[in-house]
Amino acid sequence: MTGIEVTAGQLGFYSCHSCNLVSKATPDHHEAHCARCGSHLHLRKPNSISRAWAYLIASYILYVPANVLPIMHTSSLFGAQSDTIMSGIVYLWTSGSWHLALIVFIASILVPSAKLLALTFLLISVQRRSVWDPMQRTRIYRIVELVGRWSMLDIFVVAILVALVQLQSLATIKAGLGAVAFGAVVVLTMIAAMEFEPKLIWDPKRNRHGQAAG
Amino acid sequence: MNLSSLIACHECDLLQKRVALPPRGVGRCSRCFAVLYRDTSNWIDRALACTLGSLILFLIANAYPIVGLEVQGNRTVASLYDTLHTLWNEGRQDVALLVGVPTMVAPAIQIGLMLYLLFPLRFNRLADGAIPVLRFLQFVKTWSMMEVFMIGILVALTKLEHIAHVHVGIALWAFGALIPLLIVSISAFNPDEIWTRVKGAA
Repeated sequence: MTGIEVTAGQLGFYSCHSCNLVSKATPDHHEAHCARCGSHLHLRKPNSISRAWAYLIASYILYVPANVLPIMHTSSLFGAQSDTIMSGIVYLWTSGSWHLALIVFIASILVPSAKLLALTFLLISVQRRSVWDPMQRTRIYRIVELVGRWSMLDIFVVAILVALVQLQSLATIKAGLGAVAFGAVVVLTMIAAMEFEPKLIWDPKRNRHGQAAG
Repeated sequence: MNLSSLIACHECDLLQKRVALPPRGVGRCSRCFAVLYRDTSNWIDRALACTLGSLILFLIANAYPIVGLEVQGNRTVASLYDTLHTLWNEGRQDVALLVGVPTMVAPAIQIGLMLYLLFPLRFNRLADGAIPVLRFLQFVKTWSMMEVFMIGILVALTKLEHIAHVHVGIALWAFGALIPLLIVSISAFNPDEIWTRVKGAA
């Protein structure tokens, strides 16, 4: 890598979030707009750390009912039954579909909890202006963005079951409140990841090399 | 200095020069390797063809039943619309939205807006309102999750296999074909190149 690494932010250049056009800061600092597409310009997403924290904390809170409350209620001739996410996985496992149990386990338990922890780690590291391996942290951020959507899997499964199993006298399935909480966790962590500004991971690196702080 | 030859990495903000790419080449950030821009030759035809194909498959996937279930003469079939309708009617409007937006609304908007931009581009013109359309497209992409829904259908079918006879509907095959095709359409679609055609904000 070359010795000259300079970011747009250091030069006071704006890079448009929508169209990527690089433009110079105008004297009027408060209301900068992209000359090409008219978007608001910021050097960094405004208040990204506090916004990301807000969504993340809300996700942590909802994570509890998401796992404790039933995501669906089944009533059939043999009686009524309520399933949480975990009991659904156990059912798949014991009924012999271990490969599906594994997929649902990864999508519904492993991914959401790993995502919450990864975002917490990224936010703390950025807040403490850590210089630890920015490439590695950028990779974590990319993985979080990439896999987040897969946690919607269980919600979709419940929805299809609800639509199909409407056999009046024989069996019906209804969606439970746990499904709402779980869906909210997935959506909120996705928004938290969007609010997070990955450029902040790289910012402290510059300052250690004796350049002026932004 | 000409600023239009510069690009700042959207992930690490490193400022670098745009370089000419080989056909179908990809320009990556020299520090964090994020994809910054792609080669643009002939992309409009490719994107238009794939997106039109996606539109047809999307209509089939929505119009026909995905799966049917048979238990002792009782038979139910479910299309995507039925699924949302049932959820809505039993008082779970929240879940209906959580399912409907990523599987039906977002992909429909995505395909529609891509076609809206691509048709005029084919004749070298920029569609009216290209700026807000491109911005909205960027936003809607995150919330379109048909590939996840597809796996969801397979999991649900396996769960039901034990208790009932399951019929696979036409829409399931349409979904199966739509997902890879839509992925190809989106990767062929080149918003960066459309932005270079935008002359300036009104």
